[in-house]
Order: sequence, then C-alpha cells, then structure tokens
Amino acid sequence: MHRNRFVLGLTGASLAFVLTSAIAGAAGQLTGAGSSFDFPFFSRAFYEYGKQHADVQVNYQSIGSGGGIQQFTAKTVDFGASDVPLNPNEMKAAQASNGDVVQVPVTLGGVVVAYNVQGVAGHLKLDQQTLAGIFLGKITNWNDPAIAKLNAGTTLPSQAIVVAHRADGSGTTYIFTDYLSKISPQWKSSVGTAKTVNWPAQSAIGAKGNEGVAGLIRQTPGAIGYVELAYASQNDISYASLKNSAGQFVLPTVDSVRMAASQKPNVSPDDYSIVDMGGAGSYPIAGYSWVMLWKNQSDANKGKQLVGLFRWLVTDGQTYATNVRYVGLPKNVQGEADRALASIKT
Amino acid sequence: MSLSASATTPVTARRRPQLTGLGDPIILGSFTLAAWLVLLLVAALFITLVIAAWPAIKTVGLTSLQSATWDPNSNKFGVLSFIYGTIVTSAIALVLAGPIGIGAALLLAEVAPKRLATPVALLIELLAAVPSVVFGIWGLYVLAPVMRTVVEPALQRWLGFLPLFQGMYYGIGMLTAGVLLAIMVLPTVTAISRDIFEAVPRDQREAMLALGSTKWEMLTRAVIPYARSGIIGALVLALGRALGEAMAVTMVIGNKPAIALSLFAPGYTMASVLANEFTEATGQQYVAMLIGIGSMLFILSMILNVFARLLVLSVAGARGARR
Repeated sequence: MHRNRFVLGLTGASLAFVLTSAIAGAAGQLTGAGSSFDFPFFSRAFYEYGKQHADVQVNYQSIGSGGGIQQFTAKTVDFGASDVPLNPNEMKAAQASNGDVVQVPVTLGGVVVAYNVQGVAGHLKLDQQTLAGIFLGKITNWNDPAIAKLNAGTTLPSQAIVVAHRADGSGTTYIFTDYLSKISPQWKSSVGTAKTVNWPAQSAIGAKGNEGVAGLIRQTPGAIGYVELAYASQNDISYASLKNSAGQFVLPTVDSVRMAASQKPNVSPDDYSIVDMGGAGSYPIAGYSWVMLWKNQSDANKGKQLVGLFRWLVTDGQTYATNVRYVGLPKNVQGEADRALASIKT
Repeated sequence: MSLSASATTPVTARRRPQLTGLGDPIILGSFTLAAWLVLLLVAALFITLVIAAWPAIKTVGLTSLQSATWDPNSNKFGVLSFIYGTIVTSAIALVLAGPIGIGAALLLAEVAPKRLATPVALLIELLAAVPSVVFGIWGLYVLAPVMRTVVEPALQRWLGFLPLFQGMYYGIGMLTAGVLLAIMVLPTVTAISRDIFEAVPRDQREAMLALGSTKWEMLTRAVIPYARSGIIGALVLALGRALGEAMAVTMVIGNKPAIALSLFAPGYTMASVLANEFTEATGQQYVAMLIGIGSMLFILSMILNVFARLLVLSVAGARGARR
C-alpha cells in the first residue's frame, strides 16, 4: 500500500517534470519552415548547435520554399528558408506584414548534368551551346556532330536523347534553368528561369525528386538530366564535365562549386545568380540557398537567439555543410552574411 | 432501417424495459447527426476549395478548359492535359483491374477450396495496405523497365496499327501509370466482389443447379446477375482511388502536360500536378489555379460517381428493389 503510494507520487513528480520541461522547451524554441534542400544540412547543424546551447531548440519544417515564404510572411514561423530570394512581389507582401526583411545565404548547391549513354567511359564533355541544344530539343541523338566534336576519341552510339527533368517545383530546377537562360538567349526568351518550367524538348520526361530523376536516367538508355551535387556524389551515376566561361572543362565537385561562388563576394538578395562564373576551376552551375529573418525583432530574447544561431550557422556551422556533402560558403561570403545578420535589431 | 428496428425492439424491450423510450431516439438522433456531418464536411471542403481558387476562377475560369498549355511562368493555365491524363489512366486501371479482380473474386468465393481461398484473400487484402509511395518506387524501378523492354515492344509489334500503341516508348508514361493503378485498385475490386458473391443466397445457386445447369452457367446466370450492382459499386470505389492517386502515378507517368493519343507517351494527371507543384508554387494566381485543379478533380470524381450510379440503376433495374 505504502509502496503503491510511493509509486504514484513518483509518477506524479515525473509527470510534473515532463510538463515543466516541455513548457521550458517551448519558450526557448525557434521555429522555421521552407526549403527541403536545406533540410539535411539544417537538421545536422541545428542539432550540433543545440548540444552547445541547451536553451536554443530549433524546429525546422521542410515544407518547400514556397510554403516557407508563406509561413514567414504570415508570421507563423520565426524564420523562412528558400532556394531563391524573395521576388519583388513577395518582398512587398512581407514588408506589409512585418517591416524589413534580412536575407542571407546559408549554403551552396551545385547541379550535376547526369546521363546514361552506353559504352561511354569517363565523363562526357559538354559546352554551353551543346547543353542548351540538348535541353531545347534541337540535338536529339547522342551521335550528333556537336557532341562528337567535343568528345574526340569517344565512340558515341546512335541513340535518341531522352531529357529527364524534375517535375516537382524545385530550387535545383531554378539553378539549372538560370544557367540555361544565361548561356542561351533562346532558352531565356522561350522558357525562362523558374522552379517549374515548360520543357521544350519533344522527349522531355518529368520525375519527382532527385531520386526520381536519377532513377529515370539510370533506367532509360539515352537519358540526360540534372541532379543536385550532394545527391550525385552519393549515388553511382555518370555525369558530364562542363565548359565554364573561362573555356575550361570542369567537373562538379565541392571545391569547383565553392570556387565559382568565391568569384562573386558581393552576392546579395538582389543580385544572387552565380551561374556561368569565370575564373579557373569554377564549375558553372551553382546557386545559394537563403534564410529570411525580420529586421526588427519584436521579442528581444528570441531575436538574440536567432541572430546568434545564424551568425554561427554562416561561419563555424558551415563545417556541417561539408559533412552532409553540401558546399560550405566561401570565406568572403561568410563575412558578408555575418555582417548582414549583425544589422538585425533585437 | 425501420424494418430492423421493429424486428429487434420487442426483444430488447423484454430484457431492458427502462431503455425502450429513450434508446431509439438517441440512436436515431446520433445516426442522423453522423449522416449530416458527412454531408456538411463534403460541402465545407468544396466551399473552401472554391473560395481559395476564386482568384483563378475570376480571371482564368472556364477558358482553362480550352487549352492544354500549362506554363505558369507565362501565366498560361490550360488544364485539358491533366483532365485527359486522369481519365485515360483511370480507364486503363479499370479495364485491367475490373475483369481480373472480378475473376479472382469468383475463383475465391465459388471455386477454390476454403483452405486456399482464405490465405489468398488475406494476401490480396494486404496489398491494399501497401503505401502508395511504395507502389510508386516499385513502379519506377521494377515495372517501368519491364514495360520498356517487354510489354511495350510487344504491344507495338502486334497492335502497332492502332494509334494507341505507336510512337516512342520510354517505360514511363500513361500506360505504365494505368497498369500501376490497376495493381493498386485490384484488392479493392477483389475484396468487395468476393464479399458480394458470398452474400448471394444459396437457394439462387441451388435452384440453378437443380435446373440442370453447369457450374459455369450457374455463375454467369445466377450469381453474377444477382451481384451486378454490388460489383459496380466496387468498381466505383476503385475508380475513386485511381482518380485521386497522386504519389505512385507521379513517379511513373512522366509528368508531361501534353495530350497524346499514344498510351506510351508521358502524360500528367490532376492529382500529380498538385503533388508536384503545390509546395513550391508562388504567386496568388498560380496557387489559386492549382487549388482550382483540386476542385475540378472533386467535380470530376463526383460526375463519374453519379454516372456510375446511374449505370447501376439502369442495369440493375427492377433488381434494386430486391436488395
């Protein structure tokens, strides 16, 4: 009997403890939503940050950039994350909701051109015109002279090209079409740059997610498509070496993407495109992912926590980007991002 | 309902006299409430969709039904290709799953010995519990290569004179999506049809056999006609799942907003475009248009449902009274 009462008391005490700690946890919790590209990096980095700062717990919902912008504008989350900075209309809506917005780059991604051509060893070389021609549907066979000229010594099969692309709206598509728009005036005027576009090639097939596109490429002889660098490096898939604007053929690697980004230290939400950068060893298809914060934080304590978290994330926290095979920000961009975060008023 | 109430009331009345006055109205009231709640939910869902889609209805409206060009970047919102893809894939699914499912149900209910029928039925019903994303991955990695290397070349070789089986094939496309959907709705058709066949009264069969018919004649003349309206109900349920399936279809259909006569060609369905584009859609018009597609899917499934029910009425005819 006494024992029972003791157990009961213990249960009650532990229940009370759980409840209070839950409330305490909620008080120190920062919430964010947006880009699914950022998610693997964020979940790792926020976990590590939480180990060092027990009072800061971050709850990040990977609902997609569009959703992140909406939730941020509606003030249901403390920060938003998007693969593309706010466009003028979105910025206007956000400013009307809660004043100025500070946007900083948090990580970098590269896009790899992957293919499935039987009998080709090593990496195929593709230049700007050829790549645009393939995705515009003007080059329709792998033995096209344009491809053959760039790959002297490689026997290319006579096989129809199948263009594989992301069907779901994605930052990867945005970066890739940004590149195609930069290198091809025809692409820019007829298709454009967006997270979802109307693919002009007759043989275009859409798949869902990086894994869908990679699966499609692997299984379809003659397929060519694009996937995230982090995804390609973890999966066995053939990919092309691309000609950059300095005239070099460059393979996509963490270093060659970071090299491209470092060519443009003064990157800003208004001028963010880093595709087709010059400079030796720069890989031409890359882009930043962004975080949005309110310039004027209403809750001083939460504001300080947010600024502390992201100042760490854009500097020391970048180590964890490399851990999940993302590309860390170049040193010069880290400094810019840190300065922008320091301007937030708490 | 009134029939069963009058049949059971005297029994309960004798056992628990204190509840007779109260029990019936409470049960009746809560059932009525439940029925109205369902109606209310459907209405609320539809109204919410229409309100959210209003910016698109106001500007694009019915003109979206006249075009198949879907290019949100240049504000072209034609939805015909999505409607076409939805109907074509669902039709393929029903054409394949209908006969196979009903055949399997007949076998399980009428022919196979019980010790075989029970485990097989259990396995088929288990298929209904597989998440659609698993079907999608299986479709992409297993079904699509088989379609590309075996099924589609064979179809083109033997039936290539039909426009349905012409042109390039990739293993990914409307036909593969339809076949995958057929596999997904098969358990629905089989499980429900089997229950219906088992509910056919014994005297129906015995009367037929007594007239000297074979087992086949008994099945086709006594069992199937009796169960016809129930079978169509099963097909309507299957159609509902096929129309609304997003994830699995998205992974194998090719997601191309175009209308092609060839079943090998990649296509797009209404549910897939929502699954693909909703999360990253920005801009009021674009989001409203996607929600508009959602409400169109709602209306389309309602129309097809009513159509199927009318079909039941017309074929079941006077039989309806017997049920």
